[in-house]
Amino acid sequence: MLTARVIPCLDVKDGRIVKGVRFSNLRDAGDPAERAALYEATGADEIVVLDVSATLEARKTRVATVRAVRERLSIPLTVGGGVRHTSDAGDLLDAGADKVAINSAAVDDPARITRIAERFGAQCCVLALDAAMTETGMYEVVVKSGRERTGKDAVAWAREAVDRGAGEILLTSFDKDGTRSGYDLPLVLAVSKAVRVPIIASGGAANAEHLWEALRAGADAVLAASIFHDGEMTPDDVKRELRALGAEVRL
Amino acid sequence: MIDVLVVKTGVANLASVLAGLRRAGAEPHLGDDPDAVREARAVVLPGVGAFTAGVAGLRERHLDVAIADRVRAGKPLLAVCLGLQLLLEASEEGPGEQGLSVVPGVARRFDAHESIRVPQLGWNKVLPSQECQLLQPGYAYFANSYRLVEPPPGFASAMAFHGGSFVAAFERGPVLVCQFHPELSGAWGIDLLRRWAEKAGEGQSLEPPQRRGSVPQQTPSTGAAPREASC
Repeated sequence: MLTARVIPCLDVKDGRIVKGVRFSNLRDAGDPAERAALYEATGADEIVVLDVSATLEARKTRVATVRAVRERLSIPLTVGGGVRHTSDAGDLLDAGADKVAINSAAVDDPARITRIAERFGAQCCVLALDAAMTETGMYEVVVKSGRERTGKDAVAWAREAVDRGAGEILLTSFDKDGTRSGYDLPLVLAVSKAVRVPIIASGGAANAEHLWEALRAGADAVLAASIFHDGEMTPDDVKRELRALGAEVRL
Repeated sequence: MIDVLVVKTGVANLASVLAGLRRAGAEPHLGDDPDAVREARAVVLPGVGAFTAGVAGLRERHLDVAIADRVRAGKPLLAVCLGLQLLLEASEEGPGEQGLSVVPGVARRFDAHESIRVPQLGWNKVLPSQECQLLQPGYAYFANSYRLVEPPPGFASAMAFHGGSFVAAFERGPVLVCQFHPELSGAWGIDLLRRWAEKAGEGQSLEPPQRRGSVPQQTPSTGAAPREASC
């Protein structure tokens, strides 16, 4: 039986880890390769590297960072940020990513998902879906680090992306990200019921209970940043708590 | 340190395999020459991508026979993920397309079962049979939508469970075939790579039995090379 994955996320800008509240107010928190190796040694099931500056400044994720992280890592590595074309995905996979996450560029042209999935396989192709709740209570896809609302329904977009070949969904709540108040559980529930591919819940985690809630809502993996960066807990600490709560984890 | 030839399959994402082999103490290099694949001390058939493209890529480069011969002769080979499925007779992923057919069986898609996710992405428990020598129990990282259900005859198999039981890996001598990615399976996976590389290196002439004063001689790299434990 598959175990629930606990995934530390490294938000990287200019080759350094940063993490902010609602995608802004960034602060420096270290070297990605160093930190990724530490997380592996303390129980991480996978690492996600997101180049948070990439879309904002139209810059490609630094291949060098990926290369450095890969050399230190024996667990899966997903890389996102600034992935637009199949060639971007190829560059990142060549450098040592195992999966690539595509976000704004997929909204601009959904056929990009198909092209990446056909070239490298669905298991390589992750849709990064950032969603925010509208005044009418629907979940809307947001892009450009939340600055741009698309009018697209998040659940329908998840379905379409999977039909087009996405093999996993990295689901981030824009409303919850950085708030440390727990994941957006109705969002996790809605998307995980709508598609059959694995769901990584993201945005808002501050403790193991939050992670457990997301798993119970249908997430297959839980992503968190600040609880690990601040050294409050290791992935193994969190997984021991998750096991006590009833989750199947790799320890 | 053992030289390992990693077969260039034409699809990207070899960095993890290369990094994993280096960490396991092997010296990997890339190649796609059929003679090199035939003669190499140890070969890795990595596997990312689709079945049809994978089979076609091997045929175009005339690697299909060279790889199948290695399995038949029991020469050191590690096949990973799609690499496992390429050795079979066929896969539902590429209807009508024939695999290398050196291992009996057909890869089938995970059942449309509501409680499981497809692709299988994540860590699953690997349970080896008692006959396994390289495979040990532990958690391995899988990334697949297709799998082999029946353990192939003539090999020692390890099983895992996703909606139902499936073949996680099988082995015979220095031939190790994994549905999971050992290079992404943490310390457990690197240890497995190391055991395989050590097995592949047995009889590689590290310490050939020799008479006093004789010149050290390379043992020819054939499947018939004497096997000697390195420790």
